[in-house]
Amino acid sequence: MIFNREFETLPLTVLRAHQSAQLVRLVHRVYERVPFYRAKMDAAGVKPADIRTIDDIARLPFTTKDEMREVYPYGLLACDQSDIVEIHTSSGTTGKPVVDAYTRNDIEVWSEVMARTLAMGGTTQHDIVQNAYGYGLFTGGLGVHYGARKIGAVVIPISGGNTKRQLDLMRDFGTTVLACTPSYSLYLAEAGREEGIDFSKVGLKAGFFGAEPWSENMRAEIQEKLHLKAIDIYGLTEIIGPGVASECEQQNHLHIFEDHFYPEVIDPTTGAVLPPGERGELVITTLTKDGTPVIRYRTRDITYLDREPCPCGRTSVRMHRILGRTDDMLVIRGVNVFPSQIEQVLLHIDGVEPHYQLIVDRRAQLDDLEVQVEMNDGLFSDTVKAIELKEREIAEELHSALLISAKVKLVEPKSITRSEGKARRVIDRRQI
Amino acid sequence: MKIQQISVFLENKPGRLASVAQVLKDNAINIRALTVADTLDFGVLRMVVNRPDQAMAVLRQAGFTVKAATIIAVEIDDREGVFYDIMKLCDAEGLNIEYTYSFVEQQAKKAILFMRFEDPDRAAAIFTQHGYRLLTNEEARSI
Repeated sequence: MIFNREFETLPLTVLRAHQSAQLVRLVHRVYERVPFYRAKMDAAGVKPADIRTIDDIARLPFTTKDEMREVYPYGLLACDQSDIVEIHTSSGTTGKPVVDAYTRNDIEVWSEVMARTLAMGGTTQHDIVQNAYGYGLFTGGLGVHYGARKIGAVVIPISGGNTKRQLDLMRDFGTTVLACTPSYSLYLAEAGREEGIDFSKVGLKAGFFGAEPWSENMRAEIQEKLHLKAIDIYGLTEIIGPGVASECEQQNHLHIFEDHFYPEVIDPTTGAVLPPGERGELVITTLTKDGTPVIRYRTRDITYLDREPCPCGRTSVRMHRILGRTDDMLVIRGVNVFPSQIEQVLLHIDGVEPHYQLIVDRRAQLDDLEVQVEMNDGLFSDTVKAIELKEREIAEELHSALLISAKVKLVEPKSITRSEGKARRVIDRRQI
Repeated sequence: MKIQQISVFLENKPGRLASVAQVLKDNAINIRALTVADTLDFGVLRMVVNRPDQAMAVLRQAGFTVKAATIIAVEIDDREGVFYDIMKLCDAEGLNIEYTYSFVEQQAKKAILFMRFEDPDRAAAIFTQHGYRLLTNEEARSI
């Protein structure tokens, strides 16, 4: 179901014209109103008049999270303070938080893109949306709330946690749409199973999962256990919250709402814009935001763009599900490697589960990569020969796919440190 | 006659064997025979125990990777030259030994030779044909 047929199926030329007009408006606005952007543009030698079409965007300087923190709280404001109607911030766990201040129009845009998102999984005014994203400063809760309200569905604003109550309300009110983090959905499935709930009878039809990395394996597990269609959604507080991109019913790459958020993929080292299909760092410009617009924000998320037409009929560009973070990128003997690429290779080897750790060291001036993979019943053999052959097979696959030479070491199950459910993927011991 | 052996994957670091031993002790499982194959990074502990199914379950529960393998246990006389006879027989029949270990039963003046073959059925048939006695699962568990 397409929520806004006109804007979601714009012919490409019309879309580009719209983006160009919005970008020109945006650049003038921030140059006049935001000293932060004016200083950056002056330093880069770019004037608003230099930006005539969307293709000129690459002339504008990038914005980083650290820069946004430095101007906390109101340094990015591009409107009168009295026009702000709502404020969200990032968690601030790694420093000063990033502020997202919304005007009434920004909230309208947010509602619109979240309504499009929920409609992608088939949500209509007849649905009952159980919103288990946290309500508060975190954008997940209110983002889904506004989208569901825009569609006219019933929202159960239960917020996160309180699993017993989640399950009770789900059955009592006949929830049809679930919104939460993917890991929490599996937790709910498990808790429900222990309570004897048969999810095939609950009547869930779709789930909108985001805010943390997940995988195709997790999708299969969630869909099987909860009997719903699991949709991957993407967003970030620095841009608007959820509602930047979402999978449609095809579940094949996420449509970016590019009439509002213009995406680019760049080489994280050189900053050069990469063509579709090439993996790099996602950069987003908010074309329509009035409160705290962001120009060429470096998300540090790794993906690639897919400009192939989607069978759903939407014309917007799609992105692959997030493949990793630039913070995780490793350079091993001059070769760029993301842990997610190694994970992809591992998952294609029979019997290997995605429990791994990369240990990088430097010996005799050369980088040395050890890939530790957890042993499991499927891989294990009682003969040393078979285990060593498996290690060799994994090393050869890594070499042929990624051109890296790694020592592969099978380790005991659960021996790779997991902190709060997230595995620590990379240990870099190099002292350079 | 074939018997069930269980194998446990161990990283080559201190305390791992002790952890396995503790799980077996806590569950009152008696080890009848054992051997460890070690490499630089890992080891494979192979055991014949009195209650293999239970041993596998409790070890798995404790987080170990465990696998059952079918091996054969040949009872031989405890004297010089018998091991040579067996090896000669395997060689002549083209039986490829994956690994082997043994122990001596002093009172009976016998020894038990545990052997793992790619094709345990064929190996068992050949040994029986040549007059060797193979231990049953029950005998191996109550050695």
